[in-house]
Amino acid sequence: MSNETIVKVPGFDSVSVGDKIGPTDYPVQRINLVMYCGASGDFNFIHWHERTAKAVGLPNVIAHGMFTMAEAGRTLTDFAGDPSRVKEYGVRFSKPVVVPDDDTGTVVTVTGVITEKRDDKSVVIELTAVSNELHVLGKARGVVDLA
Amino acid sequence: MAVNRDFIGRTYEYSTPYHVGREKVREFATAIGDSNPMYHDLSEAKEMGHRDLVAPPTFPFIITYRAMVGAISDPELNLNYAMVVHGEQSFTYSRPLYANDEVVVSSTIADISTARSNELIKMEQQVKTTDGELIVTTTNITVSRGSAPSEEG
Repeated sequence: MSNETIVKVPGFDSVSVGDKIGPTDYPVQRINLVMYCGASGDFNFIHWHERTAKAVGLPNVIAHGMFTMAEAGRTLTDFAGDPSRVKEYGVRFSKPVVVPDDDTGTVVTVTGVITEKRDDKSVVIELTAVSNELHVLGKARGVVDLA
Repeated sequence: MAVNRDFIGRTYEYSTPYHVGREKVREFATAIGDSNPMYHDLSEAKEMGHRDLVAPPTFPFIITYRAMVGAISDPELNLNYAMVVHGEQSFTYSRPLYANDEVVVSSTIADISTARSNELIKMEQQVKTTDGELIVTTTNITVSRGSAPSEEG
């Protein structure tokens, strides 16, 4: 890492309602899911084992919902600079992220919009996350403290 | 068979402390592809005023999930875990979760409701230090597919 990596938190006065963050593409391949299995301790077969995924009626292996939530959350933490500025983060898991076993995998495209500036100098950011033309998260929003 | 509504309001204490490891924080951040120095570089985290590495916002799910499994695996609840999917998840932070925090989890089944053929189990969990300091409150909705009593019944 260079010496330039120390993070910067945006000023509350420098952002406006309607400001867009991204879109940012987060590529997802099988290797990412295997790494997430190990890091999270969730080794459910549907996240890495194609025969099991298909046997239970899924089109293929799917990403952990929490992996998708974590990727979309990077839009909040990259905006915040210091991830501890994220005070609230919530999502609904609306569609699975299907990850084929090929050299490209899939992509989750995440866009944030600032929808509210609060008196306590926090901002509300609504997120959309799209993979394979489907909205994979609903009601996805975060609150970032810019005080 | 329907999920047992008698469990609404029950609280489960998961009192075996979970020690947040520095290398676990780094491993988790690497797994989600995030090179933010607050997750990886102790000196930069300290320069930003943090006592240790910051855990990513969704990291506490590792801890709350263990506690939840303990709570929902009671056979009297009638939940078939093979039919379960994760419906919703949220985190509300009182303070950042840091490496070297030692935490315990309190889990309450806040609601069990019916949505068409599915049932929704809403669980609220608090992650606190072993000294009782609240770090994060999480809400989790687990969907039990197809378990709702049929309308004819």
